[in-house]
Amino acid sequence: MPGTYLPSDYLPILVFLMVATAFGMGALLIGSILRLRRPYPEKLMPYESGNPPVGEPRQRFSVKFYIIAMLFVVFDVETVFLYPWAVVFDKIGLYAFIEMIIFIVILLVGYVYAWRKEAFKWD
Amino acid sequence: MLPELFFGYYAAMIVFLSVLVITRKNPVHSVMWMLLLFFHIAGLYLFLNAEFIAAIQVIVYAGAILVLFLFVVLLLNLREELQTAKFIRSWPAGLLISGGIIVAIISALRSFVLAPQGMHTIEFIKRETHTKALGTILYTEYLFPFEIASLVLLVAIIGAIVLAKKKTRS
Amino acid sequence: MYIDLMLNIGMILLKIAVVIGVALLHVAYATYWERKVIGHMQVRLGPIEVGPHGLLQPIADGVKLFFKEDIIPANADKPLFYIAPVIFFVSTMTALSVLPFFEGFVIADINIGLLFLFAMSSLGAYGIIISGWSSNSKYAFLGGLRSASQVISYEIAMGMSLVGVMIMAGSLNLSDIVKAQQQYPTGMFAVPQFLGFFIFTVSALAETNRLPFDLPEAESELVAGYFTEYSGFRFALFFLGEYTGMLVMSSISAICFLGGWTVPQFITGWFPFLLQLPAWFWVLVFLAKVYAFMFFYYWVRATLPRYRYDQLMSIGWKMLIPLALLNIVVTAMVKILL
Repeated sequence: MPGTYLPSDYLPILVFLMVATAFGMGALLIGSILRLRRPYPEKLMPYESGNPPVGEPRQRFSVKFYIIAMLFVVFDVETVFLYPWAVVFDKIGLYAFIEMIIFIVILLVGYVYAWRKEAFKWD
Repeated sequence: MLPELFFGYYAAMIVFLSVLVITRKNPVHSVMWMLLLFFHIAGLYLFLNAEFIAAIQVIVYAGAILVLFLFVVLLLNLREELQTAKFIRSWPAGLLISGGIIVAIISALRSFVLAPQGMHTIEFIKRETHTKALGTILYTEYLFPFEIASLVLLVAIIGAIVLAKKKTRS
Repeated sequence: MYIDLMLNIGMILLKIAVVIGVALLHVAYATYWERKVIGHMQVRLGPIEVGPHGLLQPIADGVKLFFKEDIIPANADKPLFYIAPVIFFVSTMTALSVLPFFEGFVIADINIGLLFLFAMSSLGAYGIIISGWSSNSKYAFLGGLRSASQVISYEIAMGMSLVGVMIMAGSLNLSDIVKAQQQYPTGMFAVPQFLGFFIFTVSALAETNRLPFDLPEAESELVAGYFTEYSGFRFALFFLGEYTGMLVMSSISAICFLGGWTVPQFITGWFPFLLQLPAWFWVLVFLAKVYAFMFFYYWVRATLPRYRYDQLMSIGWKMLIPLALLNIVVTAMVKILL
């Protein structure tokens, strides 16, 4: 009957998440009460091996990070398609194997293209 | 009673978090609220008997796409939201247009039709896990869309590299 | 009905307390053991001052970090600065909730256990980026970005290396994966899946930011990378998170590749009395495998030099992904032919 399903297996995960968060934040909170606090400007400056910081802290960074993140999204989605296939591999037989080979080959074309265009190169 | 309660919590939190995402001044804060939003969506999927989709929501959406968003936000290095000129100058006209859109959406909801019954029953999905139920259909019945998906991913790879590389060369 | 629920939650809380307690103890003493192992490999003694043979060293470190002054750098983004170590710590700890330590003892026996582990390691990347960003320091920010890029690059290889295990076990449930290994003569997936095991081990080293992939947090390169500006207990949370991550990766290897809490069939054939032992005995077998893997982590740290960042990224993308795909295709072909 729809609307009566409760994912009871996941309750322990929820409880664990709450306990771990409570532990982390609780320890920080208790510590902040017990610790001493003597801030002065030199101590609060960001660390740069002893010299005063030079330049704007959040400068632009290269576009390589963006390419890596974009390629990660695409390959992550590909890997996600592999998971249900792997799990039912016994039942779906040879045709599904060939279909997955086609899938992987199409993505390998993209992978080789990325390689040739030096998207993976980081210097 | 309990599933309705959970659904109410998830629905309220999703709406509230969406409002938070679009109203924060600091874009990195927006991204973090969006992370919390995706967790609530994953929880909603769990209650719909779709545990594989819930896991994929976290792995792909929260773990990959949102990381991409975060990288882009950091790349732009904005301290605060940009103040651009308004698209429509007078606010009553804007209010009228958005009110009209809301009325159109709500009246479209009345002709809402339930999708046809899925191929497997709930008992089947509970017996074999959701992942296997999905797998038995995706690679047999829905083979063609699956292969099209690989083409879409290929286009995404090529498009991303072409766009990004053009910038570095210039 | 409510009493039932309360009892249920009580049992869950008890299991969680046991697992968190044991895990934190392990993590604390993992730091001690690492310093001892690396020390002995470098022909020196490691910690011996505090307590007998230095055994109280982790406790001394913990107390020191707890009482250190909490310095928040100027112009740091305060809410994000507070929450980043908590995200990192919570995501690695929550991964412990789906691991089966022995027959029947899992805190949450879910059917997508392996995917849950991937999800938690994806979340760890957020802790890293946000801590780097919110510290308002160039070293921290760059270190955070590089570390996060490293983590996401190796996540693909890690996911693909475990697809071979999924094909052989036919399930994503970790307890099922352990039980499926008993059908094989060696009792481990590491033997047929040696390529997958190798790829997983290398990815695990990179995911936890350990040598030889620890450039983003190497002291001589970027001070301490993304947690440069963290001191006191916040630093302790990062540290705990990192070692818990190592513990989780070692446990995944023990479960997916080394047979979890089981021993190969031929050993129980030779010693039938082993079958009479109570279920909790087998947690020692599990722990032995986890410790072996952690020893391997320390051994690699003491021995190998560090990779440069571009070498690191090219290994992750150019070497591991094709190898992992090859592993998947070969495993599938063998499974079809047999």
